[in-house]
Amino acid sequence: MKQNDLILQTVTKVAAFVILLFAVAIFLGGHYSPGGGFVGGLMTSAAIVLLLLAFDLKTVTAILPIDYKFMIGAGLLISSLTVAGGLLFGVPLMTHAYRYIDVPLLGHISLHTAVLFDLGVYLVVVGVTMTIIQTIGESE
Amino acid sequence: MSLLHMAVLAPFLLALIVPTLYKQFRQIHTGWFVLILPILLFTYFLRFIPLTKQGDVITERADWIPSLGIHVDFYVDGLGLLFALLITGIGSLVVLYSVFYLSKEKERLNQFYVFLLLFMGAMLGVVLSDNLIVLYSFWEFTSLSSFLLIGYWNERERSRYGAQKSLLITVLGGLSLLGGIILLSIMGNTFSIRELIAQSGQLMDHTLFTPALLLVLLGAFTKSAQFPFHIWLPDAMEAPTPVSAYLHSATMVKAGIYLVARLSPVFAESGLWLWLVSITGLITLLWGSFSAIKQTDLKAILAFSTISQLGLIMSLLGLGAAALHYDSIGENLYVAATVAAVFHLINHATFKGSLFMVAGIIDHETGTRDIKKLGGLMQVMPITFTIAVIGAFSMAGLPPFNGFLSKEMFLASMVNVLELNIFNMDTWGVLFPVIAWVASVFTFIYSMIVVLKPFTGKFQANLLDRKPHEAPIGMLVSPIILALLVIVFGIFPNLLSATIIEPAVTGIQPSLAADDFHIHIAFWHGLTPELFMTIGIIAVGFVLYLSLPKWQKSLQSLPERLSLNVLYDNGLRGLERSSASLMKRLMTGSLRTYLLSIFLFFILSLGFTIYWKDAFTLDTKHFAPIGFYELIVAGIIVAAAIAILFAKSRLTSIIILGAVGYAISLFFVLLRAPDLALTQLVIETISVSLFLLCFFHLPLLASRKEERMSFRLNNALVSIGVGVIVTLIALSAHSNKLFDSISSYYLENAYKEAGGKNVVNVILVDFRGLDTMFEITVLSIAALGIFAMIKLRLTRGKDPS
Repeated sequence: MKQNDLILQTVTKVAAFVILLFAVAIFLGGHYSPGGGFVGGLMTSAAIVLLLLAFDLKTVTAILPIDYKFMIGAGLLISSLTVAGGLLFGVPLMTHAYRYIDVPLLGHISLHTAVLFDLGVYLVVVGVTMTIIQTIGESE
Repeated sequence: MSLLHMAVLAPFLLALIVPTLYKQFRQIHTGWFVLILPILLFTYFLRFIPLTKQGDVITERADWIPSLGIHVDFYVDGLGLLFALLITGIGSLVVLYSVFYLSKEKERLNQFYVFLLLFMGAMLGVVLSDNLIVLYSFWEFTSLSSFLLIGYWNERERSRYGAQKSLLITVLGGLSLLGGIILLSIMGNTFSIRELIAQSGQLMDHTLFTPALLLVLLGAFTKSAQFPFHIWLPDAMEAPTPVSAYLHSATMVKAGIYLVARLSPVFAESGLWLWLVSITGLITLLWGSFSAIKQTDLKAILAFSTISQLGLIMSLLGLGAAALHYDSIGENLYVAATVAAVFHLINHATFKGSLFMVAGIIDHETGTRDIKKLGGLMQVMPITFTIAVIGAFSMAGLPPFNGFLSKEMFLASMVNVLELNIFNMDTWGVLFPVIAWVASVFTFIYSMIVVLKPFTGKFQANLLDRKPHEAPIGMLVSPIILALLVIVFGIFPNLLSATIIEPAVTGIQPSLAADDFHIHIAFWHGLTPELFMTIGIIAVGFVLYLSLPKWQKSLQSLPERLSLNVLYDNGLRGLERSSASLMKRLMTGSLRTYLLSIFLFFILSLGFTIYWKDAFTLDTKHFAPIGFYELIVAGIIVAAAIAILFAKSRLTSIIILGAVGYAISLFFVLLRAPDLALTQLVIETISVSLFLLCFFHLPLLASRKEERMSFRLNNALVSIGVGVIVTLIALSAHSNKLFDSISSYYLENAYKEAGGKNVVNVILVDFRGLDTMFEITVLSIAALGIFAMIKLRLTRGKDPS
């Protein structure tokens, strides 16, 4: 008997986006308010897990055709390049740089290389969580 | 790199190309190529005689590790030259003998000659090195190459046993020698023997002097097969006979003698040295000669005889040390002991080498070495018999052979002990000549056994595998040369005295002037007490030998129990067994036990440290006030933690564990750590789900009933102990804050320097970003590990279910 989980699926469709937005918000706000790449990544994967629960692996893979193992690699690459980037400018490893610029519409904001590093963390965390859950879920 | 260095290195270099020679020239016996080198070296070393005769010393230096004061310093003085001549001279004869002894077709000659050359080079290095570390390196090289040579026929069980035994014992001594060397270098601040000798006066008073002396002597005694470390030598007789003749009669076993002689000037002032060396030598002399009588294997008799003769030389070296306690060198009787030691060393090398070769010839021609089967070989092998007579009579100390002279000198020295009035010698000294005399009687008996049993009596052809005949001339050349030397040294002892013995004795006792003891060697005739002792030895020995069949039986039943081999074998077996059982008891394979021991060690070491250092302090000054909410959350955590212990089902445990995790995140909220609280919340959720997953997949076995954890007192005590220790350390660490935290820096600079207001995140990605870098690497490894574990199951294909 096929279970009818219409309510779950409908709520998920809305809730997943809210969670994703929240995740992106705490990721981007990490430098100023609680949050950052780690929690952001975990929340993002929570959204995907919710999709997995409401639908199934195949459907979710069709929506998000991502190999999460590559995501781990990409995240590590971004982070390590950011760490190594300082060497190009003759400063020690892991030296960050930031600057405030005025952007139309967004106003006075800062651009910080720490965000790039955090992006790496974010991608690794999403990749790791999803790899684990997907692998365990697929195994019989 | 001088010519002298090349001379010592030459055997090693030749050893490198021996396998090629063996492969390239299969028709020619490899030994012929090898033979050239020791002869060349022998003639090279002969050239030093005129120099050392004048008291000159030749020194050559090459750097090895100059920063540690380790140079390859070789030097030739009388003592070193004597040994170098023995090594190369007997080495040439042994190589010649082995050419005829070892079959070209059946034996792995390449290995044999490589090992033999390694040994020769190592031995030359030992006797010519001035640097103690270099000496030690060559010393171990001799142990190693001797191990390889004893185990040459490695398909035989007895060979492997003998090789292992000799290696264990000599390396034990070698390592203790290294200890002694290090102590010496600490005392004298140098590795050079000559520099140590120069400051021997100050070394006496050093606290490390006695340990260094004991360690060095242990090294020398094991190498030279002194009591009770002699047990490896009879088992080393499994080696091919040329090896026994070379290593175990003429050279390696004399390395210990060399060491004692060489370091005599450093240690001999001490009474301990005199007593230890001479008493050990005498015990070895007595025990070796006594044990030799009961052997039935020719080589075993010769092995025990070697042990006993080495003991004789050792005891003489010990007595020679007494010379240093007398000022008036002119009438010094104890220098004569050293002279006797050196003289007997040469004599022993000649007659024992020839006797071993005789034993090898008998073995080669008859197929056995058992004296019970042998007899009446005199008519079949007249030349061999003649050599045996010369060797054995010299060993027994009969005139006109060289053994007679050195035996006389030995007895004279032993008698002189009675006049020694130092170190309580006057009371116990009387034992010295008595032991020496008794041992000489035994020596006489076994010498007669060696020569008379195989060659006289009834010829029993049916007991022998082969039809015996005289050995080929090539095999006889070396023993004939040695036997001739026995006679020449016996009749013209002064050939040696000025050229070799005097410089060697000056090497052992450098404080003596060269002409003072000259008379002692020349003076060897006269009606002295030792002559009557010798007559007594011959008379008693002859009677005892004739009545040998009557008392040999009772002898044979006695010594087996007293054998030290039993002690060694049982000791080795006991060591293996006890360590095996210890391992079995400690390494149970149960993780529970290991954890228990780890935690016990944790409790004991930390608890002891706290107690010993009186480290526990409690300072409530820095304590923050406890809030209401914190009390509640703490209460929840404690209650949950205790509840886990008593939970009956696993599901309950997991849920309660989740509760603990959430309560901790509440703590983070209370203690104002929003980032931690967020992360803790999410991670707790994930880990609880993973726990549930594991729980879900646990196999449903009938035996796996859900039940409460069983109570074990040990576990309870250990866990309480760990908790108490950690609490104590945490309290004391908090009470002992020596410095302020550096967090103020972060708080001040997070915005100024890094442009962020979330200090935690700024620390994570900026100030301490490398940590984060590697933590995400850890996560990645974990994810890939899980992926690999689940996806890459090799058993999957075999098991379709």
